[in-house]
Amino acid sequence: MATIPARERTWQRRDRRAELVVWTCWLLAAAVFIGCFQMISDKTIWAFVWDAPQQAGDLAVRMVPPDWLYIRALGRPIWDTINIATIGTLIAVLLAIPVAYCAARNTTPSANVVRPIALFIIVSSRSINALIWALMLVTIIGPGVFAGIFAIALRSIGFCAKLLYEAIEEIDESQVEAVRATGASGAQVTSYGIVPQVLPAFAGISVFRWDINIRESTVLGLVGAGGIGLELNAAITQLYWTQVSLILLVIIATVIVSEWVSAKIRHAII
Amino acid sequence: MSMNVGALPRTWRKPPLIKSAWLRWTLGVSLVVYLALVFETTPVNWARVWEGLPRGAAFLAAFFPPDFVSRWQEIVEGISESLWMTVVSTVVGIAISIPVGIGAAKNIAPAPVYYFCRAVLAVSRSFQEIILAIFFVKLFGFGPFAGFVTLSFATIGFYGKLLAEDIEDTDPAQAEAVRSSGASWLQWLNYGVQPQVMPRMIGLGLYRFDINFRESAVIGIVGGGGIGATLNTAFDRYEFSSAAAIIIVIIGIVMFCEYGSGYLRRWVQ
Repeated sequence: MATIPARERTWQRRDRRAELVVWTCWLLAAAVFIGCFQMISDKTIWAFVWDAPQQAGDLAVRMVPPDWLYIRALGRPIWDTINIATIGTLIAVLLAIPVAYCAARNTTPSANVVRPIALFIIVSSRSINALIWALMLVTIIGPGVFAGIFAIALRSIGFCAKLLYEAIEEIDESQVEAVRATGASGAQVTSYGIVPQVLPAFAGISVFRWDINIRESTVLGLVGAGGIGLELNAAITQLYWTQVSLILLVIIATVIVSEWVSAKIRHAII
Repeated sequence: MSMNVGALPRTWRKPPLIKSAWLRWTLGVSLVVYLALVFETTPVNWARVWEGLPRGAAFLAAFFPPDFVSRWQEIVEGISESLWMTVVSTVVGIAISIPVGIGAAKNIAPAPVYYFCRAVLAVSRSFQEIILAIFFVKLFGFGPFAGFVTLSFATIGFYGKLLAEDIEDTDPAQAEAVRSSGASWLQWLNYGVQPQVMPRMIGLGLYRFDINFRESAVIGIVGGGGIGATLNTAFDRYEFSSAAAIIIVIIGIVMFCEYGSGYLRRWVQ
């Protein structure tokens, strides 16, 4: 006769060994976290932190109501901000095309020399934030909208080129083959076999990046690169909190509008 | 009969990108007008740009070789501060965004909770990290604590939104099966929903770690602690060789994080 084992067996998710490994990992992670927090806490003046809720309340009181009349002075900075984002994106997109062409495995002129260079351009452009680019350009070519445009452009090349070269690598080779079979030259193969396939992706990438750039260009002014960030910085340093709150509202409105526009355009293209 | 065919143009022309001629011309003309307006209203101080070109060349020259030595102490301090901020804010941000994300999933949360959590996410996403950092520096004082709060806050918006969307995409059948076994709400969440979203969320967590490090490199510019402050000082003093060294270190760590997290993500999934 079969006997039922006397031991009460409850279901467990893992066996003992796996459980032990999982717990060790959690312990290590917790130790790292606590260590890092300890470091931060050593560098913090806690009196300021405990004071923060009161400060926040104070600030909120001073920011209400927004200084609505100040909007008359904001037209120009907003125009500048939009231009920084738009022209910056335009330049970036134009420069990203040859870079992406050289970086894509199926179109690159030479996989050993040109492709690594193109990939290096993409990586270095992507890993440096637009604000750092702006910081450099302001020291080099002076403060103003011009530096902002190039900061946005330099930052966006990598992003656009990366997405574009991935799109080029995913094209349908048989269409390219068909165009080539008609006796088309290299340039004709590109313009009739490859361009029509990546054009929708290209347009989508440009609009997407434009939307991101509008957000980024609102802060470039903090390091002197033009746009509404300049006004924000000035208002904060002069403690005109009612102006600050209006600027923040204007920034949110701009971001929302640009998001709406880019969603509409992307919807129309794809 | 064949006369009609002969009358048609015989050479093929590429169809235009935009079919309607009217729209095509309107877009073209407005683009030209816009560019002209920008050109007209953007003051460029060409003399200053011209003067800056040798400085730009000097900056590029500073990369060969970069000067790691003279500011080494500051660089190490800045980078480690950035890393602490990244670790702590990623963990805290994700920990807070889990309840918010669950609350913002339409298929789990009741309507009032859903709208409240969605509002939290929208607020957190609508401001640039730098703008948040300015305010948190005002509130908490200079240093890494302000940066930590900024990055945590930004992480909530990013991670919470993606978590909510992922939960909304889960297969209800699996969750239903767990519920029908008599599981409590927490058990249902833990065994019915969590396993479905876990792999993707681990990947996104690593990705957010990446983003947080990149951002931690810039919030120092407005006083939020980390390597950005060191970089800003180097530029202000025109110490281009040190700035070049810092930029190289940032690129190196960003690339390491990107490849490391890409590798880990592939391993997890």
